[in-house]
Amino acid sequence: MDKDEVMALVGKVLAGIAPEADLAGVGDDEDLRAALDLDSMDFLNLIIGLSQGSGVAIAEKDYPRLFTLQGIRDYLSA
Amino acid sequence: MPQQPDHALIHKPASLRPDPNLADYVQTAARFNWDDAAKLLDGLPGGAGLNIAYEAVDRHLAHGRGDRIALRWLGKSGARRELSYADLAQASNRFANALHDLGVQPGEGVFLLLGRLPELYVALLGALKARCVVTPLFSAFGPEPIATRAEMGDARVLVTTPELYQRKVQGLRQRLSGLRQVIVVGEAPAGDASLHGWDALLAAASPDYTIAPTDPESVSLLHFTSGTTGKPKGAMHVHAAVLAHAVTGRYALDLHDDDVYWCTADPGWVTGTSYGVIAPLVCGVSNVVVEAEFDAQSWYRVLAEERVTVWYTAPTAIRMMMKLGAEALQGFELSALRFMASVGEPLNPEAVLWGQQAFGLPFHDNWWQTETGGIMIANYAAMDIKPGSMGKPLPGITAAIVQRDSSGLRLIDTPDTDGELALKTPWPSMMRGYLHEDERYRKCFVDGWYLTGDLARRDADGYYWFVGRADDVIKSSGHLIGPFEVESALLEHPAVAEAGVIGIPDPMAGEVVKAFVALKPGFAPDEALRSELLGHARKRLGAAVAPKQIEFRNNLPKTRSGKIMRRLLKARELGLPEGDLSTLESDEK
Repeated sequence: MDKDEVMALVGKVLAGIAPEADLAGVGDDEDLRAALDLDSMDFLNLIIGLSQGSGVAIAEKDYPRLFTLQGIRDYLSA
Repeated sequence: MPQQPDHALIHKPASLRPDPNLADYVQTAARFNWDDAAKLLDGLPGGAGLNIAYEAVDRHLAHGRGDRIALRWLGKSGARRELSYADLAQASNRFANALHDLGVQPGEGVFLLLGRLPELYVALLGALKARCVVTPLFSAFGPEPIATRAEMGDARVLVTTPELYQRKVQGLRQRLSGLRQVIVVGEAPAGDASLHGWDALLAAASPDYTIAPTDPESVSLLHFTSGTTGKPKGAMHVHAAVLAHAVTGRYALDLHDDDVYWCTADPGWVTGTSYGVIAPLVCGVSNVVVEAEFDAQSWYRVLAEERVTVWYTAPTAIRMMMKLGAEALQGFELSALRFMASVGEPLNPEAVLWGQQAFGLPFHDNWWQTETGGIMIANYAAMDIKPGSMGKPLPGITAAIVQRDSSGLRLIDTPDTDGELALKTPWPSMMRGYLHEDERYRKCFVDGWYLTGDLARRDADGYYWFVGRADDVIKSSGHLIGPFEVESALLEHPAVAEAGVIGIPDPMAGEVVKAFVALKPGFAPDEALRSELLGHARKRLGAAVAPKQIEFRNNLPKTRSGKIMRRLLKARELGLPEGDLSTLESDEK
């Protein structure tokens, strides 16, 4: 996936979890959980959605690498 | 779900280092009385009563322990700050003086809405010194739960951060007319004269403060908890509760003077106040505070690097760690860790055993609620553990399994029989009332027993086992969520005619919130509306309270009086027997 595709996927998955979230207002290095008011269940669902949408298996030990938009882009477009 | 004691007993260790505070449960429980236990406390100098903040902070200075680290704060971005008991005494004195300088009176409500920052701890203790009534709120609450609680509790002062203020409170100022002073951490943003900046306010306040005489029965903390119907309940606690915090800190958490202790709960919930602030400080230990949210690897790092000795956490986190596997612990040096406890919801036997496998120590489950103010039933360091059981009543606490009937209470003595868990009144940290709701408060007590609303059973060895809730309250990630509060928020949306909210089982969170919604004529039950409702609920309630799932129905099952039958929604969702349907008037479609 390229970076734009990753961002589109994040937007799509988030719309199902936290439709009120405004992704445009989140900085690249901000912790998404704090910036978008996601609790731990929301975050798990986000990971599951990203993994399913991208076909990339995400190991649980890697979850902390996906706390930020930058991290998600790096992980999924690598 | 009934849990049978079908797992092997975990025998108490042959020897424990240091010697456990509660070495012989049976003997201590037989001899215990609260008046003797009061020796654990100092009382205000000159016999001027009892104040939680004095017991938690100032008295340690008088005992020559002022240099010991009280708070070891680990910030999100790697910052680290340590406050000794002497530092904490001075800072909380400054805050108490600042409240005085702002004209805040004893008995007035001070609300705290902020993450786990040092200021939260200073404000809580300072406000207790000033004899104000403190309410810590969970910072993930949305505006609606904040407003409801601030209105009910008559908040005069709010301590928050500039970001939380701007996102959640600013829009409520008109509604919260009683809120006179807002203090934001750091500096007040330019251009808003209604805010006080923490730094300037405290710098101008004196570091010397003498706590005025404090009646042990005066209200200290107001904690909100959720019920099935109506608004949240404001459970009022008094300064005298600190005795229960001292005793449970010693007995249930086995705290010793030189422990490094970490409670992972947020002070916005009662565990994070009673056991994340008060109990460890009263016991004089070093209290680790971690600002960041859960992440297994960073938690292991905290345990290892801070050399945590006693750890108090929650089932949801433990299950997430289990999922990650014990391998994730490799490379972390955890030899300092000697006691682990869990609270929030029943800890499944597998998780207790996983503790042994991964950490070489079992998790000690315990049980209590907002209303009890402190741990009531626990697994102790020097007592055999039956995995899945909440343990035995604290010395000084009498528990029973009861059945309510028309003539009052019937105590059930037959082992392994389900009934309601009841506690004999009084005890020091028992709530003294629900704010503005005497009737609701009185209903909790029958024949000198407090009825907990939890169903449980006691086995022949005296161990208690949780069975379920007697009401519709939802328990998600260890937090109680009132279905009524969620339904009310959904009903505010113009498309919603009816809403019924239940908890459905979830392997991680215990339960998650699910809403069933019937729409008004003219609205189509489509994906766009579903996500609009989801967003609407999350914005009003915050992620911790809002539903995770929404399902549309043409009609919700109701009684003759129009009450939505949550019980039936739940039975159908889970494929359980539907039970008595005699009151059903209008069925689900």
